[in-house]
Amino acid sequence: MADDPLVIAGRSFSSRLVMGTGGASNLAVLERALVASGTELTTVAMRRLDAGGGTGVLDLLRRLDIEPLPNTAGCRTAAEAVRTASLAREALDTAWVKLEVIADERTLLPDPVELLDAAEQLVDLGFTVLPYTNDDPVLARKLEQAGCAAVMPLGSPIGTGLGIRNPHNIELIVAEAGVPVILDAGIGTASDAALAMELGCAAVLLATAVTRAQDPERMAQAMRLAVEGGRHAALAGRIPRRHWARASSPPPGS
Amino acid sequence: MRLLLNGAELQLPDGSSVADALAAIGAPVAGVAVAVDDHVVPRAEWSGCRLRDGATVEVLTAVQGG
Repeated sequence: MADDPLVIAGRSFSSRLVMGTGGASNLAVLERALVASGTELTTVAMRRLDAGGGTGVLDLLRRLDIEPLPNTAGCRTAAEAVRTASLAREALDTAWVKLEVIADERTLLPDPVELLDAAEQLVDLGFTVLPYTNDDPVLARKLEQAGCAAVMPLGSPIGTGLGIRNPHNIELIVAEAGVPVILDAGIGTASDAALAMELGCAAVLLATAVTRAQDPERMAQAMRLAVEGGRHAALAGRIPRRHWARASSPPPGS
Repeated sequence: MRLLLNGAELQLPDGSSVADALAAIGAPVAGVAVAVDDHVVPRAEWSGCRLRDGATVEVLTAVQGG
């Protein structure tokens, strides 16, 4: 929506859907999904240059004019995350980073202690930090106080598709935040993305729900529409919930 | 001299730089970053940074993820 941009660290995006590139079976499928999603900002991971010397995903994003957002996926400590972010800044010439510091492989949940430490260090180093965090209002507040440009609470663990398990916490985070809240991780289908926006999130970040859907291109379009629909609903102001019915037609004989 | 580059052994002439190591593996110039012994080497220092025998070099790029 051009008249209602998402603004992060002074930068405007007309799309409120941030995509990830993980999980797509090949670059052609990924390209169709990215185009259908309408995204302008998309995450990539930093890994060893393979023997073939390819930088295919970067070439694709450049061609589609989508801004790459490097992440620190796989990092378990603040030191690892800071090093990965520094390498990403060198490789991609961007000071933006999606900060991920996970506690264990089984849940992929953020390690709050290492995450906050990494966020503080990266802000000091001049990075624009977008932390993937737990749905914990207190931690979200501390990340914002540390100077993060957004906070990105999970709906449920990465790749589970379980949706938003604690909508009340997301609302609490949104109510307190002075920076954009981006619902990151756990989205399974379009209604989850719409709910995130209805709860007041500024944007949604998702990958698996699209890239591993049976028809990624179509699911990308569904997510785009859901995010737009949810945003409109949030701004429109929903009706209060009532216990008893209330007729929407005038009574007979009036 | 011998390096460990992305986990594989690499033989280079003594006095080789980071730029020489990248050329030896055919790395693209854009879109990659280098760490030597866990320290990030900025692009501007690739030619001037001489590698020591036994150095561990990591060459990273962006891949699908997140």
